[in-house]
Amino acid sequence: MTAVAAREAAVEVVDLESSTLRELNQRLHDLTREPGPTGWRVLNPNGAHAVACGIDAEAEVEIEGHVGYYCAGMNKRATVLVRGNAGPGLAENMISGLVLVQGNASQSAGASGRGGLLVIQGDASSRCGISMKGIDIVVGGSVGHMCAFMAQTGRLVVCGDALDALGDSIYEARLYVRGSVAGLGADCVEKELRPEHLDELAALLARAGVAAAPADFRRYGSARQLYNFHVDHAGSY
Amino acid sequence: MCGIVGLFAKSRDIDERLGVHLAAMLGQMSDRGPDSAGVAIYRDPAPSGSSKLTLHSADPREDWAALGAELEGAFGGSPEPTRRASHAVVVVEAEAADVEAWVRADRPDLRVMSAGRVIEIYKETGSPREFVREFALDELRGTHALGHTRMATESRVTTEGSHPFSTGLDLCLVHNGSLSNHNRLRERLRREGVDFQTENDTEVAAGYLAWRLREGASLEEALEGCLADLDGFYTFAVGTADGFAVLRDPIACKPAVLAETDDWVAMGSEWRALAVLPGAADAEKWEPQPGVVYVWEKAAVA
Repeated sequence: MTAVAAREAAVEVVDLESSTLRELNQRLHDLTREPGPTGWRVLNPNGAHAVACGIDAEAEVEIEGHVGYYCAGMNKRATVLVRGNAGPGLAENMISGLVLVQGNASQSAGASGRGGLLVIQGDASSRCGISMKGIDIVVGGSVGHMCAFMAQTGRLVVCGDALDALGDSIYEARLYVRGSVAGLGADCVEKELRPEHLDELAALLARAGVAAAPADFRRYGSARQLYNFHVDHAGSY
Repeated sequence: MCGIVGLFAKSRDIDERLGVHLAAMLGQMSDRGPDSAGVAIYRDPAPSGSSKLTLHSADPREDWAALGAELEGAFGGSPEPTRRASHAVVVVEAEAADVEAWVRADRPDLRVMSAGRVIEIYKETGSPREFVREFALDELRGTHALGHTRMATESRVTTEGSHPFSTGLDLCLVHNGSLSNHNRLRERLRREGVDFQTENDTEVAAGYLAWRLREGASLEEALEGCLADLDGFYTFAVGTADGFAVLRDPIACKPAVLAETDDWVAMGSEWRALAVLPGAADAEKWEPQPGVVYVWEKAAVA
């Protein structure tokens, strides 16, 4: 048996037309307590919700098709690959690991993510990275409005354009956009792209497998004017 | 929550099985809206000079043949209502407005669900899967259709409060979301002579569109007016005699997915609703932009 054939044989295939979603997720959750297959292929997701949600194991899950809400939510350590589009709340509150979507993602991708890397090769919709708290997000295409709203820490990289109100009420996350930005949200400003930023951007793009020149990006972040209440500014809040 | 679906046939195959596809799409949206369900289906145009109405009766033993005789007495011809569960469709040789006025005056126990030449609206409380069976949606052919599954938030679960809402001749509206300025807007529209049957927020949006269209706005203009005049969350799908239109509010919290193949154009609250269509895997798919009006009509698509 060749190495490739051995690996193929080790892959557990779950068809959601014949198994229930609950069975799939339970089996993935069981990996936390007892060893099991590390390679998984999920067939016919057909837009199902919460596919491969809540994994806490060194598993590799490949999903063949489009998924609905909350795919790979709360992901810890696992690698989840979606060969299709993802619905709202992709990789919501991700802790660690890698989630990669080959198509587009709907709104709130990576919302409140704590860590790990989320790669969306197509476009992401509105509110991508909302309230992100340490996750890194790389979007190959463009993003919708209100991305990185109230972002606290982590990095958001957008290779295309960003719609209105980027980084509204941002705390300390770093945002990199290669294309145009329709508008910056409250307290979000453009910042200098220094050598350390070029380095971190190059590393992120390499990890995401995206071919783009770091120098083509612009950096945005917090002006830190909303941290404290200034009574003199009461009229503008 | 609520689920909405729309399907526009570009080929004869889809035309012939429109009801089957619509039923499958609605079934997929059952858990987004378990309270009630409804569809607007565009089919079998009434002959020129005639109009087609869908009527609802709360009486399960309604004598629809007797209604046909009454309509014959009022308008001539030989109107024969075709019953479908609690509803019936009837073609009358008269203007739709005149028939509607007659129903209101002479048969106030019936409700006019739709009026025009091609539209038929069916809606009822209860689970969408039950609805699909009870109304035998599978057997309906047509050119295009909209559907809705309701999770009630703003008003009571009744047949009248179910979607689609008629917005004028051959026009209807389905809505996912909730409006916050509907009370004041309802009062304003009442002063303009728009009639409301319920306390439902979507009926106000339907009334708003009907009013704007009556005042001469195009469908696009009327929908663009929603962006300024409606406050709240919405993904709207509007059905017309020739096609349908989609609009999301500028905040765009409510989901929507569009997809197109050589055989059909479809919209749904989620991909699940579209995944049941033939050739869906290879369809071009995208999420409609906030605040942008999308329109498909026969002439534009052909």
